[in-house]
Amino acid sequence: MKMIIAELPLLAPELAVLVFALLVILVDLFVKQKKVLVGLSLFGLAVSIGLTVSLWGAPTVDIFFGMLAVDRFALFFKLLLAIAAGLVILASQDYVSKFNRFQGEYYALVMISALGMMLLTAATDLISVYVSLELSGISLYVLVTFLKDKKSTESGLKYLLLGAVASAVLLYGMAFVYGTTGHTCMVCVSDMIESLPITSIVQNPALLIGIILIIAGFGFKIASFPFQMWVPDVYEGAPTPVTAYLSVASKAAGFAVITRVMLVLFGQPSWLSADWGMIIAVLSAITMTFGNVVALMQNNIKRLLGYSSIAQAGYLMVGLATVGMASSADLIAGRSELMFFLMSYAATNLGAFFAIIAITNKINSDEINDFTGMIKRAPLLALGLSFCLISLIGLPPTGGLIAKIYIFSSAVQNNLIWLVIIAVINSVISAFYYLRVVKVMWVGEPASKEKIPSSIALRIALGICCVAVFLLGVIPGGFVGIAEAAVKIFGS
Amino acid sequence: MNSYYLTTILALPVIGLIIIALLPRDNVKAIKFTALGFTLASFALSIAVFCLFDRSASAAGVMQFEENLPWIPAINCHYHLGVDGLSMPLVILMTFLGFLSVLISWKVQLRPREYFIWLLLLETSILGVFCSLDLVLFFLFWELELIPMYFLISIWGSGRKEYSSIKYVIYTLIGSAMMLAGILTVYFTTGSFNMLEIGGMLAIAAPVIPLAGMFFLLFIGFAIKLPMFPFHTWLPDAHTDAPTAVSVILAGALLKMGGYGMIRLCVSVLPDIARQAAPILAALAIIGVLYGAAVTMRQTDLKRLIAYSSVSHMGYVLLGIFALTEISLTGAALQMFSHGIITGLLFAMVGLVYEKTHERNLNVLGGLARQMPVIVAVFSIAGLASLGLPGTSGFAAEFITFIGSFSSTALPAAKIYTLLGVFGIVFTAGYILWMLQKVFYGPPKDKYKGVPDADNVEKVSIFCFVAVIMLVGIYPAILTNVIKLGIEPIMRLIGS
Repeated sequence: MKMIIAELPLLAPELAVLVFALLVILVDLFVKQKKVLVGLSLFGLAVSIGLTVSLWGAPTVDIFFGMLAVDRFALFFKLLLAIAAGLVILASQDYVSKFNRFQGEYYALVMISALGMMLLTAATDLISVYVSLELSGISLYVLVTFLKDKKSTESGLKYLLLGAVASAVLLYGMAFVYGTTGHTCMVCVSDMIESLPITSIVQNPALLIGIILIIAGFGFKIASFPFQMWVPDVYEGAPTPVTAYLSVASKAAGFAVITRVMLVLFGQPSWLSADWGMIIAVLSAITMTFGNVVALMQNNIKRLLGYSSIAQAGYLMVGLATVGMASSADLIAGRSELMFFLMSYAATNLGAFFAIIAITNKINSDEINDFTGMIKRAPLLALGLSFCLISLIGLPPTGGLIAKIYIFSSAVQNNLIWLVIIAVINSVISAFYYLRVVKVMWVGEPASKEKIPSSIALRIALGICCVAVFLLGVIPGGFVGIAEAAVKIFGS
Repeated sequence: MNSYYLTTILALPVIGLIIIALLPRDNVKAIKFTALGFTLASFALSIAVFCLFDRSASAAGVMQFEENLPWIPAINCHYHLGVDGLSMPLVILMTFLGFLSVLISWKVQLRPREYFIWLLLLETSILGVFCSLDLVLFFLFWELELIPMYFLISIWGSGRKEYSSIKYVIYTLIGSAMMLAGILTVYFTTGSFNMLEIGGMLAIAAPVIPLAGMFFLLFIGFAIKLPMFPFHTWLPDAHTDAPTAVSVILAGALLKMGGYGMIRLCVSVLPDIARQAAPILAALAIIGVLYGAAVTMRQTDLKRLIAYSSVSHMGYVLLGIFALTEISLTGAALQMFSHGIITGLLFAMVGLVYEKTHERNLNVLGGLARQMPVIVAVFSIAGLASLGLPGTSGFAAEFITFIGSFSSTALPAAKIYTLLGVFGIVFTAGYILWMLQKVFYGPPKDKYKGVPDADNVEKVSIFCFVAVIMLVGIYPAILTNVIKLGIEPIMRLIGS
């Protein structure tokens, strides 16, 4: 008990989020002026960010008897998640009027799901992975249904049901791993696997089934093929800020945990990692192709970005596959690229969704055709959205291009050139539908001359995202350095 | 040793576009003069660099005005600029066309602020391609050019502008996707993005994929851009539907990115593969020359006609490159410059005729010579230069190219290729003279009565073009002296 209390300061970023989330609910009961809640939650997240930064220099430690790790890998993601949550809250200002009565709950739920994801990125035991996954998941189920209309409720139910199935699958996979090795702590499991008298995964069907089920369970979280079917419906039905949050934070946390699990749990011996590396590579190729091809046929902007985020998950999985193919020879290949891509993807997707929040809020439609001539009605929003879409294609001067070059280059180095060729062809396909949105906004006359209003808060959030995308594209060196520092902890 | 001439040349249009973005939307005059001022400054500075360029024999193969700063240390990537004899003329070409394209766009009325912003961004990105010595930087500028082109065609274009702009983007992206894969394979073979080092390293390192594959991946992007038959189909559409100034830049400088890339990254980096592939590529070049010329003869749209003639003329460039002799490569480099000026002028003239008459159909136009004496004179000069009349740059460039390819030993049956290529000139004479006759001669038509001639701004821009055509035609050594310094080291690599 004493030990646990002594270790609590290392968990300060999470605790700050928790305390402030509870404070928000409490204060909500007493104040009429809901802006206070925004300030309070942003302050809480800022405190958490500050605490995270202050822990950056500290040495890696395991706390709570090996349940959680405080290392730079986790800190990096905690930072990313807290910033994403803060930006989402900032940008929700134009949207909360749709659920005025429950503002306090909304902010608190965003923060609690962020808390779950932060814990998820630090989890080093299968039990803690599962618990934090559920913590973030359950808050997100509620957030998705927040509009309480037919679409939102339907998508929330879909998300809940499929999420529950995915959790069950994950748990089942973990049970197989536990059954084979007798441990739930990742390092212990890895040691056990290495000591098994086998040289190929097919010699131990139980372990094989375990790995496949775990990949499937996380596949739901990162929306990899064939576990992506919830994405378009949920993205379309959920409140737009929540969609942004899902597409960025949930995906980043998913990649954080899958990277850690695959690397620590199944990183050694190398025949094992090469096996799952190949599985991920194949899934990656299918995921991006599926996402891009189906996105071509979308007319709803939120569904389009839903499929686009599936495609982007495919590119991210190129990095994950590289991690698998390279794990014994090279200690950072694939990982820092993955994290850089996530940074750029987070900034880009958040920016795109923020612009969409303001625009759709006014025109009351998610149809792409209703965006016609938007450059005249809302120059800044349309410019920001175009810039983010250009980054999603991977054109300069944006982080999207550098991220792609970077992630593909490590894949080429690790003999995945076939995957890179599929990925670059996919980038070409994606230009079609992203540019279509850009085109309708720039070419053509708007349906009405009325300007689109947007709050200062949302403009700030959009501005931060666009500047980040630009900086990632022009001076990527510093960001790459952070990503590399964050992954160096996985020594073998 | 770092001097910042090149960075300044690249940065001037960007500074201009930032200022334009800050200007009020309706102050069109200030917008235009800002654009003009910054493109002119960039042009003046590139002339200064041209004058300072070291032409002594010891400068052969040496990059001048080099700038090299670390950019992304993690992947050994640098902000590395420099010019040699090969890129110097192209830099001048681009800054020259950039300046003139502002003049040509003087009358643009639709959303002028955005228009000039994109135009300036286009100039910087093309200049960046010619100046970059780092593969990642090169690729970045190569891709950057797409964004302004897409907007310029799809907003300010005409006809099926949306179809043409997306077609252009997709074609280019397919090429650059291959190029990216090629660049990455080069990087993992050599561990370097430095365009000056990779050639030597590839010769000794163990390649991650066969060198021929690498050559192919890099080549496709350039072949689409040049454009090489059979990848040319984007060009007539993009040209026809683009606004005049953009057609000028597209034909004048953008296509040259393809030829430049072939020489810089295919021939001088993988000379052995280039030699093996030369017969096929030279054959495609000849098909491009003859097919392009034949199709040109069938065009009735003035702009489409000029566009197809580009396909034919860029075939000479391809032939010059893959004849792999010093003279033919020099000719190809000169042809790139010369075609840039001549076709740029032709598109500018088509734009003028269209602006005055609102007609591009050859069968409807006619008898304009009386109304527009200046336009007819300049159009004729441009046309004659295009068919290679002695005294114009077109003659010098084509003559040198053919002399070089005729005497080629690296290319089997070079004489046959050359003779077939020369036939292209006959076609060219045919369609140019036929076009001039249809547009300007014949009985005057009533509906064109009172159509004005070129005004003063237009005269300034078209006379600038004519002056350069004449200058290079009469004294080609002004450029070949420089080009030679860039070609010599490549010839040492090819070893003939």
